[in-house]
Amino acid sequence: MTLMEKAWIDIGALDDIPRLGARVVKTPLGCLAVFRAENDEIFALDDRCPHKNGPLSQGIVHGRTVTCPLHNWVISLESGKAQGSDEGQVRTFGIRVDSGRILIDADALFARPD
Amino acid sequence: MKQKLVVIGNGMAPGRALEKLFEIAPDAYDVTIFNAEPRVNYDRIMLSPVLSGEKTFEDIVIHGDGWYVERGITLYKGHKIVEIDRAAKTVRSEPGEVASYDKLIIATGSMPFVLPVPGHDLAGVLTYRDLDDVHAMLLAARTGGRAVVIGGGLLGLEAAAGLKEQGMDVTVLHLMPTLMERQLDVAAGHLLQKAVEARGIRVITKANTKQLIGSDIRLGPSRVISVELEDGTQIPADLVVMAIGIRPSVALAKEAGIACKRGILVDADMRTSDPDIFALGECVEVDGQVFGLVAPLYEMAGVAASHLAGDAEPRFVPSATATKLKVTGINLFSAGDFADAKDRQEIVLRDAARGIYKRLVLKDDRLIGVVMYGETTDGAWFFDLLRKSTDIAPMRDTLIFGPSFAAGGPADPTAAVAALPDEAEICGCNGVCKGKITGAIDAFSLTSLDDVRARTKASASCGSCTGLVEQILKLKLGDRYNPTAVQPMCGCTHLGHDDVRRLIVAQELKSIPALMQALEWKTSCGCARCRPALNYYLLSTWPGEYQDDGQSRFINERVHANIQKDGTYSVVPRMWGGMTSAKELRAIADIVDKFAIPSVKVTGGQRIDLLGVRKEDLPAVWSDLNDAGMVSGAAYAKGLRTVKTCVGTDWCRFGTQDSTGLGIRIERFMWGSWTPAKVKMGVSGCPRNCAEATCKDVGVICVESGYDIHFAGAAGLDVKQTELLGHVDTEDEVIEVIAALVQLYREQGRYLERIYKWAKRVGIDSIRQHVLDDLERRRALHDRFVFSQKFAQIDPWAERAQGKDAHEFRPLADLTRAEAAE
Repeated sequence: MTLMEKAWIDIGALDDIPRLGARVVKTPLGCLAVFRAENDEIFALDDRCPHKNGPLSQGIVHGRTVTCPLHNWVISLESGKAQGSDEGQVRTFGIRVDSGRILIDADALFARPD
Repeated sequence: MKQKLVVIGNGMAPGRALEKLFEIAPDAYDVTIFNAEPRVNYDRIMLSPVLSGEKTFEDIVIHGDGWYVERGITLYKGHKIVEIDRAAKTVRSEPGEVASYDKLIIATGSMPFVLPVPGHDLAGVLTYRDLDDVHAMLLAARTGGRAVVIGGGLLGLEAAAGLKEQGMDVTVLHLMPTLMERQLDVAAGHLLQKAVEARGIRVITKANTKQLIGSDIRLGPSRVISVELEDGTQIPADLVVMAIGIRPSVALAKEAGIACKRGILVDADMRTSDPDIFALGECVEVDGQVFGLVAPLYEMAGVAASHLAGDAEPRFVPSATATKLKVTGINLFSAGDFADAKDRQEIVLRDAARGIYKRLVLKDDRLIGVVMYGETTDGAWFFDLLRKSTDIAPMRDTLIFGPSFAAGGPADPTAAVAALPDEAEICGCNGVCKGKITGAIDAFSLTSLDDVRARTKASASCGSCTGLVEQILKLKLGDRYNPTAVQPMCGCTHLGHDDVRRLIVAQELKSIPALMQALEWKTSCGCARCRPALNYYLLSTWPGEYQDDGQSRFINERVHANIQKDGTYSVVPRMWGGMTSAKELRAIADIVDKFAIPSVKVTGGQRIDLLGVRKEDLPAVWSDLNDAGMVSGAAYAKGLRTVKTCVGTDWCRFGTQDSTGLGIRIERFMWGSWTPAKVKMGVSGCPRNCAEATCKDVGVICVESGYDIHFAGAAGLDVKQTELLGHVDTEDEVIEVIAALVQLYREQGRYLERIYKWAKRVGIDSIRQHVLDDLERRRALHDRFVFSQKFAQIDPWAERAQGKDAHEFRPLADLTRAEAAE
């Protein structure tokens, strides 16, 4: 990639994800969960709950949060932070929708976490 | 440049110190922790509820892995530090990790004291200190047998109660004449002994252990088989737990040349003889005193954190501590000094009938000791008077009756808590004071116990302060707080489950968005607690009309398999009545090979479980199972799971009816139905009950004259024998009654409420009236069940094998090859 601006990768159509649902994107650095909220906002997070690595993509989506299917931790889709009195944070990724297509920030995607 | 802080030990004291440090100076240090235990920081004082089964390890974790990651802390689990090199300022762990430090905290805690009697090192002899000990005890308790607990102090009694809960036959040996003599006076010690004995635990006081006797080594490795006392008494034992005290772990510090006596010597600023090394927790000694209760350890943590952050002001001054016993049903509180002496007076209140005993010890018009047994509500108030050395002369006459009386007003139940100052500690486990709770109630408009727990953690651990927290709520909210009021379904509504069900029918609500609009839901789209419940209520109320909402189902019901801890799934095909065939087994074997399924297990419900199936493979696995004639076993469903049967008159010489045939008939009739919680059934061919039907949600026992129908059993979290619903003469009647029963449960049960809990709530007689005695109602219920089955009996596996919900099983995109292209 030689573009000066941010590189975005097209990962699919908005309508490929059910409302209040999620789909998985496989990457060389593990799976991402891409969520679609009720108002069609899109979020991308590591598909690993900070508690016991539960697959967040399999959880129930409500508002801008998801409840992990393994032990019911509630994770903010915006910040990746565990809600309530639980403590932990999962990585989030830049993502946007353009003309019905979902685009993910390639640089962040392939950058190793610090 | 950040300084390097190394912490040896990851117990509650260093955990609290780091919490404070990151609060006041988040960027001061790079922190590395070495924990000899292979786990995160957990609430050690809550091990007893884990032992008794009231809590799990997850419940008592204080800092999950994420907490460390978020703060950039490096945590070495299972790394015991073996050397501190003070000249080089480094520490070295047993596996060989070396870390250098600018500041070091030693928090090595304590070791349980082991009686040095012959046999103390036999297999089956444990101490009670950490989670590994609890696991070892739980393992030993699994086979039942006899346990002897040596030590009748706080820990010993909690261990004894836990082992008793786990089904062991328990004896407590205590050297002194009365139990918990360090915290209780003689009178309270006797009351406690009576209460412990009433639980079926044997107590022997003045018991001096002479030796532990092992099994004959010619019969294999020697294990403890009995405890012998000095007087020659022998007490058989399969398990011996020593809980006679602790001693500070000082070896590491001593070797490094740090000054130690009983514990590691520290000044009031928590520094050791080396100014760059702090020590705190159970391993330290301050002014000749060592510490074992959590409150002073937390105070030390605060002091050490302040000094590390550069505030040289705070000093650790040991103060009186209060003790509570964490054994459900025994209320006991003690604090301060309550020994008899000439210059002391006492005030005592006894109510033998109610088992209440209160004793206050006074000196110079100050409260210096409190012992309470049976009724401990005023404990926090007394403790506050004691700590502050309040002059009690003006209220001495009524002091023992507590703050409500002392204030002179009528007995207001909230007076005790109203009288507490803001800094009075309410929740000892989580160190939450009254001011923090009242502050949170105001700031976040909290209205329920659950709200307070979520926001402050007060009463979220052992729960012994639940009453106090409720009183604070009552105090703050007045009549707006009503704990007996209907519990809302969740934070999204003020309505309870029953109200919602009633309104769904009354207002003909037929979709989740319509319901949330009409019933004024407080959130835009509910939460993970209400949505699955609403989906079920709508589905069961409007069969054929309501469109099931997959996104409101828990993952297992959305993809019709059971999620496992690693994100794979387990698959259980239906085997009607537990019967299978060579053809089915052969097909299963082929599928296991074809998809490399790692585990195959027989379940308790007479089914075969294929574990570790990758999500992407599910539709193909189901397709192959369908081809062999098998459908979903619904092992994931809040619905009919299994009908377990015995072989009945087909084979058994005792069988009175065709129990296998009846079980298959019930299962074929009822499969696919959704219910508030899972439903498991059993049919036994005779009262010998080989299908274990009398601990099922619904069970049938065949007898010569017909069929006894049972229900409301449980064999999980609770174990409960079924109730007899009644007797019928024919198979057809069995089917009609069971359908009516399940339909009534479907219509009345609250989501996730099992049949036995529903039955307890609405009453056995009312249910019997509806589904057995009143033939008209019974018929109507049966017919409604049959109608709903028309829409329910569609194999979800076949639908998905043919492509339904394909998005569930495929990744949106696969970028694993993208990197190579760059």
